[in-house]
Order: sequence, then structure tokens, then C-alpha cells
Amino acid sequence: MIDWSVHLPALQVIVPMLSAPLALLLRPRGLAWAAAVAASLFSFAIAIMLTIGVLAGRNFNYQMGNWPAPYGIELGVDAFSALVLLVITGASSLALLAGRRSLDSDIEEERQPLFYAAWLLALAGLVGIPVAADAFNIFVFMEISSLASYVLIAGGRDRRALPAVFKYLMMGTIGATFYLIGIGLIYLMTGTLNLADMELRIHEVADQKPILVAAGFITIGLALKAAVFPLHVWLPNAYTYAPNVVTVFLAACATKVSLYLLLRFDFFVFQPNLVGHDVQFSYFLMPLAVLAILIASCVALFEKNLKRLFAYSSVAQIGYILLGASLVSVAGLTASVVHIFNHALAKGALFLAIACLATRVSGLRLENISGAAQRMPWTMGAFALAGFSLVGIPGTTGFISKWYLISAAFAEGSIGVALIVAIVISSLIALAYVWRVLEAAYFGDINVNTAPAGEAPAGILTVTWIAALANLYFGLAPSLPVTLASSAAESLLRHVP
Amino acid sequence: MSSSTAILVALALPLVGALGIALAARIGNNVREGVTLLTASALAWTVWGLLPELMAGGRPAVSLAEVLPGVEIAFSVEPLGMLFAALASLLWIVNSIYSIGYMRGNRESHQTRFYIFFAIALGATMGIAFADNLFTLFLFYELLTLSTYPLVAHKGDAKTVQSARTYLGILLTTSIGLLLPAIIWTYFVAGTGTFTAGGILAGKLEGPAVGLLLGLFVFGIGKAAVMPVHRWLPAAMVAPTPVSALLHAVAVVKAGVFTVTKVIVYIFGIDFLFAEPSGGWLLYVTAFTVIAASVVALRQSNLKRMLAYSTIGQLSFVLMAAAILKPLAEIGAAVHMVAHAFGKITLFFAAGAIYTASKKTEIFQLRGIGHRMPWTMTAFTIGALSMIGVPPTGGFVSKWYILAGAFQAENYIAIATIVLSTALNAAYFLPIIYLAWFAPEDKTLQNEHGEAPFAAVLALTITAALTLAFFFFNGPLVLLEAQIVQATP
Amino acid sequence: MELLGLYHYWVFAILLMIGFYAVIAKSNLIKKLIGLSIFQSAVFLLYITMGKVDGGTAPIIQAGVENAVFSNPLPQVLILTAIVVGISTTALGLGIVVRIKEEYGSIEESDIQEIDRR
Repeated sequence: MIDWSVHLPALQVIVPMLSAPLALLLRPRGLAWAAAVAASLFSFAIAIMLTIGVLAGRNFNYQMGNWPAPYGIELGVDAFSALVLLVITGASSLALLAGRRSLDSDIEEERQPLFYAAWLLALAGLVGIPVAADAFNIFVFMEISSLASYVLIAGGRDRRALPAVFKYLMMGTIGATFYLIGIGLIYLMTGTLNLADMELRIHEVADQKPILVAAGFITIGLALKAAVFPLHVWLPNAYTYAPNVVTVFLAACATKVSLYLLLRFDFFVFQPNLVGHDVQFSYFLMPLAVLAILIASCVALFEKNLKRLFAYSSVAQIGYILLGASLVSVAGLTASVVHIFNHALAKGALFLAIACLATRVSGLRLENISGAAQRMPWTMGAFALAGFSLVGIPGTTGFISKWYLISAAFAEGSIGVALIVAIVISSLIALAYVWRVLEAAYFGDINVNTAPAGEAPAGILTVTWIAALANLYFGLAPSLPVTLASSAAESLLRHVP
Repeated sequence: MSSSTAILVALALPLVGALGIALAARIGNNVREGVTLLTASALAWTVWGLLPELMAGGRPAVSLAEVLPGVEIAFSVEPLGMLFAALASLLWIVNSIYSIGYMRGNRESHQTRFYIFFAIALGATMGIAFADNLFTLFLFYELLTLSTYPLVAHKGDAKTVQSARTYLGILLTTSIGLLLPAIIWTYFVAGTGTFTAGGILAGKLEGPAVGLLLGLFVFGIGKAAVMPVHRWLPAAMVAPTPVSALLHAVAVVKAGVFTVTKVIVYIFGIDFLFAEPSGGWLLYVTAFTVIAASVVALRQSNLKRMLAYSTIGQLSFVLMAAAILKPLAEIGAAVHMVAHAFGKITLFFAAGAIYTASKKTEIFQLRGIGHRMPWTMTAFTIGALSMIGVPPTGGFVSKWYILAGAFQAENYIAIATIVLSTALNAAYFLPIIYLAWFAPEDKTLQNEHGEAPFAAVLALTITAALTLAFFFFNGPLVLLEAQIVQATP
Repeated sequence: MELLGLYHYWVFAILLMIGFYAVIAKSNLIKKLIGLSIFQSAVFLLYITMGKVDGGTAPIIQAGVENAVFSNPLPQVLILTAIVVGISTTALGLGIVVRIKEEYGSIEESDIQEIDRR
């Protein structure tokens, strides 16, 4: 009997990758979408199986072509990877399930197979990163996913997406190239590209300049991709002008994967080996995280376009993730990793609700959705729930993240108090901008000429509610993400002296 | 049913009721009102059914789920919580009767939405009353804020939305900004957030940190309306009067002072806080609020606003009593929660009845109204006397205990505040009573009206009777609350 | 002489900065893409030059030749992949520029921003 479960890591990447040309060939209406959904759901199932295996204590190590590491290319899945895989495949599935009609209207029919093929390639690239245990392989997957996402973002009708995607392409490629320089320098010094092997060999050369330079390049490169303040400038426009369903997918997972990579490199490879430099990480990233949290929230407060408002909110949330990581403690890293999961849920649900709104209203500015709650109560209900999760009302996933983050900050003494103040202020600002939207929708005057004709279509509404309710479920029963996150935090820190 | 089941039933009942109200509304308004009354009665029956066990010293508890390691959703019943739950469930019945009269008399719109969120708010109140630890309490505390928002914003016009925004803004800002860090700090320092007799902070925290944590709690619990986080209370006056009655007598403000008291008794511990000098500021801040609020109330001409500021003063009165940190005063604080609830709800009912019958809202319009609305104004008089603390009303009983506690602690500030506030209360209530009964009617105003609708009058008669009855039948309550202070090691 | 002997690193650094400068400072989109290409070429140079072993020959095993010194083949493989990625990026970038020209009528960044502002 073939034990299929051994091949799961490889299958995770192969399924979406092979489905991409398949989707390309399916010309009849709707078949391409169906193929994409099927591949996405299949990938989600594989991610779930991997998670179950990881939770049971199983170590997934896969050698491509049976070439032994470190000569061959290795794939590996642990708790951290499993969590990120769940997020990516889940987000892709939800976005595709919801987006049929929305994408039908956004993309011309003859381009649809191309679009879905690009989506699947993006998915393949994104899932490849947590699965790969080889630094260069990661680079390749990173670029596959990035290039495919450029296509996705530019795929809609809004022409402003084009300059936005051009800027994203510029910055993203520079980021990836920096990363490439970094691993090149590491290869120069250690002779290996396998992450686990790197970790061992860096010991001997840890105090030499090229390694330090490499650490710098890799951190900056990944920070560019992850939209860390102040390298976030590509994000707002890219998210705003992309087709709504694409924003759901990207907001939930694109930057998270780069953050995963940043944490992986900095804790697995660098931290234990950079004697005397182990605080460089926190001294450098903590202020940036705080700035991201405060400034991005403030900018969001004054935004009138819904999508751009929540895009800036995403920048702030990425700040939270970095803040937890910069504390270099188990509690802090648990908070970070769990927030990767929780924020994906919250933002995914929010952007899905916005996509629901977009099916009926004429534009996505505050004045367009005035009074929308009267005609679209279910949509706004899901929006409110997701918004509460973003703010961190107890009972939602956002609260769990905040709890862990503030608890972790308490352990840091006086700096911790300053961090808590920053977190609290940004939560209040988040409350303010979520409330602005809710108030406009619930209490605004309804303009009879431009009012929504009715509730959003049942398909997209159901998926939106699934996502919104998931926020509630994982807010009250977060054992799955918390277990994975604690396990990830511990394994990341095991290597820190 | 077993006590653990009873607790869960008490929590689920209002939520099921809310669903029932939504469904019943399709059948007819009378069915809908029937569902409300039925749910309220069932809830009161369930909650009061727990009383015998509490009186005997039992503490039923039930644990629902562990959300995070060391943090769970759990419920337990102790004397303070029992008092709060019993009070809220009883008054819900009366408030529902009153709401029927008021909402129909004023032909208010969106009545179904009103009753649904009312039920949810009561469900949240039960959750607060029965919470076993800080996390559970915080969960239901926020739920209460969110579920009362649609009630406050009921009218939906621009001014109401503005005031409702103040309501929500202040409550959520204080809870997220101050209360949440306080709760997490407690969990961090003490390892747990469970309410325990004698407190959980002894030995874990000392010095200025204690005072700081206390401050975070007191100002974070915005529903207790300690100055300066009191602004939401007058702002919430834009709500229909049954909502004001709910907010200011039954659920919201009571949840605030209940939470603060519970934190003082079960998280800090009376003896621990008494021994810590940094906690002493609470007495002064609450005493200041009592006096300041009473002074502001003196200057109000709108009846409901005056009652709002009177409430702020009375709430800090309860907190000041709790801050005296002596057993008799703690009992007095608990007893005053009940006395104030009965008295204030009567006053609000009366104010709403006056508005429904005559559309009058200002105090100077009430000249001679006692003769046109005898039932209403008699109830108003009883409620006012209870606020001042005149026998034979309930307010006298609680003042007695609090004064005794203040003397016991030789706390002259507290004694002076009690005396001064009594005088101030008299100063703003007695003139109204005089105007209503002894002044001739102002002929320039529209005066042709009679009593309020029957349901409203019935409700306020019941609460006025309760205010009087409380003077005579308060023994069991005092015995129950004494258990809190006896349990303190 | 050490410093000059490492001249390939200098070339790398200079090309990197030239490319980077072009990306940031130029407003013509094609020029930006060219800058990006130069930027990436610098990295290719880094990898390939690091693989060269002093006195090494092409890494192909020949029958009968023992103890040959080979240059490291791995960086060359890596760089082939990276070049492919670079080509795809450039191709995609140029495609976007074509579309921008169709939609906006200009490929100057300042013009595009001007049009969008209106």
C-alpha cells in the first residue's frame, strides 16, 4: 500500500501547480472557475491533513527525487508551516467560492481561464514557501507567487490598478532581489542552501561581515514584500484597485507568507548565531512596528474609500505581528503567529463583506454606502462582526491576539507599558474607523436613486457569513490556532540562546 | 433543576426569548408582548430559585469552556451576583409592563427591535452577574454595551445618533483602553482572574501599582460613571424612558457599580486594599463625584437630565461606601444598589409617564401636576424620598448601614459627604414635590390631560410599593450580603 | 592589492547602485524597467563570480581526467533560474507598460499621476 500521506508536502504544491494549465485549457464558461475552486479545495484538504499530522506530532520531511539533504531539495512541514498553509488555502477557497459573479463582472470572458490559471499559480507559489526547506526554492516560489499576483491585481477593470501593480512589481522585485543577494552571501560563506544545514554551518562564520550583510539584505528584502512600515507604500493602491475578490485573497495571505519567512530566517538561521547581535532584530523592528501600528491606523481614520481604509488597517495589523515577534519571547511569538491566523480571518471576512456591498452599490466610498444597512442588513451584519473582530471585542479572534500581545508586553517591564499604550491607542483608532463605516451604513441617509437594490447574492453572502462566523468560533474556541502558534513559537525560540 | 443548570438556563433564557420575540412579532404585537413578559417571568423564577441555596451558604458554579490556557468562561453565584441578578430579573418584568404602556402610548416605531435588544441586554446582565472570572465578566460587559446601543439610538434622528455615539464611544474607549489592560495585568500578576473571597492580589502586587491598577479598573468600568467618565449618562437620556429606566436603574449602571464592587471585594480584597495606602484615592474621587453631581443636578431644568445627574451621584455614593472598606459599609453599598434601583426606576417611570400623558419634560412645567396625575406623582414622591433617605423608604435603610460603616471606620470625609449629599438631594427633589402638589397650575400651558396609560401606572405603582416594602423587608438581603464580609479571611 | 583583486564585488556593488538609482530616480517606466534589469544583472554577476574557483575549469566530468579542479556548478544553476525569473518579471513589466500606454496614453510616471488625480 502506498502511504500517500508521506507525499503530502509535495502534493500541496503540485496540485495547484498542475491545475493551473488545466484551468487554462477550460474555455467553456464557468469551467475554469470550477477547476480553480476544486484545486483550491483540494489544497485546503491537503493542508488540513498536514495540520492533523503535525498536531499528532508527526514530522513531515520530504526529499524531492529521493536526493538526500543537504544535496537535494527538501520540503518540510511543521506547526508554523501548517498554520500558514491553512490560512493560504482557506483564504483562496473562500475567495473563489464567493467570487464567481463578482469575477464574472470584473474580468472579460475570454480572459477568465488566464485569470484563474494565474490564481492557481499564485496559490502554488504561496503554498510552496511554507513547505520549502531550501532557501533558493523559496525564492523561486516567492517569485512565482508574486508574478502571478501582479497578473491578478491588474486583471480587473480599474485602470488605476496598472500603475499600482507596476509600483508593486518594482518594489517586490527589489525585495526578492535583496533576498537573493542575502542567500547568495550566505551560500558564499557556508556552502549550503538548505535551511537546517545553514543553521548548523552559520555557527562557524557567524561573526564575519558577509553574514551580517546577508541578514540585513534578507530582512529588508522580506520587509519590502511584507509591507513593513515604511516600505508599505505599494500596498494601499494595489489592494484598492484590484478586483474585490483578489483583495480578499491577497489581504488574507500575501504579506503573511513574507512575514512567515522573515520570522523563519531570523529565528532559525540568524538569531542563534549572531552573538551580540541578537537584539538587533528587536531594536530595529520594534520601533518600526510601533510606527506602523500608530501611523497606519491614523491614516485609515481619515480615509473615505472603504478598500483603502482597510488596506491601511492591514499595514497596522502587520505591525502587530512584528511587534509580537520583536519581543523575542514565547508569549510574544505566540501572539504574532496567532495573529497571522486571526487577522487573515478578520480581514478576509471584512473584504468579503465589502465585495458583497460592491455587488449592489455604485462605489465603495463612504458616501456610496450611506444607509446601505437598511437594504443589505445581512451584509452589514457580517461586516459589523468582522469589524468587531478587527477591533478586538471579546468573543472574537482579534481579542485573542490582543490578549496574547498585551500579556507578552507586560513581561517586558517599562518598554512593555509603552507598547501597551500604543496597542490600546491603535485599538481605539480602529474602533473609530470601523464605527465610522458602521454609522454611515446604519444611520446614513439613504439616497433613493443610488440605494442598493437589495441584499447581496446568496452565494457570496453565505461565504461571507461563514468567514464572519469563523471569527466568532475561533474567538471562543481558539485551541487550534493557539496550539499551532505556541508550538511554532517554541520551535522558533528553541534556537535562541 | 440543579443549580448549575439553573445558571445556564438563566443565561440562555433571555437570548431564546429574543428569538421568540422576533418570531412572535410576525404573529401579532400582543403575542410579542406576551413572549417578553413570559421570558421575564421565567427568568425571575429561575434566578430567585437559586436564592435558598445562597442563603444557606452554597455557591453553585458551572464552567463552560476554556478559551485560552488559564482563561475560561465560567459562572458562579455569590451574594453580590445573586443580588444583582435577582434585582435585574425582577425589575425586567416591571420594566416590560411599563414599556408596553409607554411604547404604545407614544406610538413609537421599531418596537420589535426594541424588545429584542432589551432581552439580549438582560441576557448580558445575567452573564455579568454570574461571571466567575474577569474574562467572562468582560465578555458580557462588552456584550451589554453593544446590545444597549441600538436601544439608546432608538429614535434614529441625527441628535440621537450623536448622543448614542458619545455613549458607545466613552464606554468602549474606557473598556478597551483601561479595563482590558487592567484585566490582563491582573491575570499576568496573579496567574488567574477568578473572583476569590479575600482577593487574589495579596502578596502579588504592592505599593503604587495597587493604586494604579485600581484606577485602571475604576475608570475602565465606565458604566459606574465616576467622574470624569460620566458623560455618557446624560447623553443616553435621548433614549426612550423605558431604556433610561433600564440603563439607570436596572442593568447598565448597576453592572458598573456591581463590577467595581466585585473587583474591590474579590480581586483586591477588602483587607488588602485597606492596608494599601495607594488605594485611598478612591474615597476622595467618589466623594467628589457625589457632591459635584448633586450640584449639577440642582441646576438642571430638564427632569430626565436632573435624574441622570442624580444617578451619577448615587452611583458614586455606592462606590464611596465600598471604598470605606469596612464590613457594615460594604453591606450598605450592596443594600443601596437595591434601594437606589427601586427608587430610581420609580422616578424614571414617573418622568416617562408625565411625558406620555402631557408631553412635559421641564421641571417648571410640573406645577400642580399632582392633582391631574395622582398615582404618578405619589410614586414620584416616594421615589424622591427614597433618594433623600427618609423613612419609611428603602433609601433610609442603606444610608443607615453606610453611615454606621463610616462611623466604624472613623471616616469623617465619608460622613461629611453623606450628610452634604442628603441635604443636596433634598434641595433638588423637594421643590419638585412642592411644585407638583402645592403650586397652582400654570394656566398658560396646555394642561388638559389625565393619568398615564394603565400599564405605565401599574408598573410605577409596583416599584413604588417595592421601595416602601424594602424598608420593612430587608432582613434576608442584609443577611445574604453579610456573607460576603464574613467570608473574608 | 587585496582590494583590487576583489574587483568583481566592486562591479557588483556599482551595477547594483546604478540599477537602483534608475528605478528610483527615473520617471519613465521603461527606464525604470531597464534599471531593474541592471539591478538584477548585478546579482547574477555576484553569484557567478562567487562560483569561479581559482584555476578551475568547466564543471564537466571527462573520462580519463583525474584531479581536475572544477568551478562550482551550483551558482550557475541557481543563476539560470534567477535569470528566467528576471526575464519573466521584465516581460510582465513590459506588458504592464504597454497596457498603461493604452489606458493613459503616456509612460511617464508624473503624467500618470497627473491623470489619476483629476
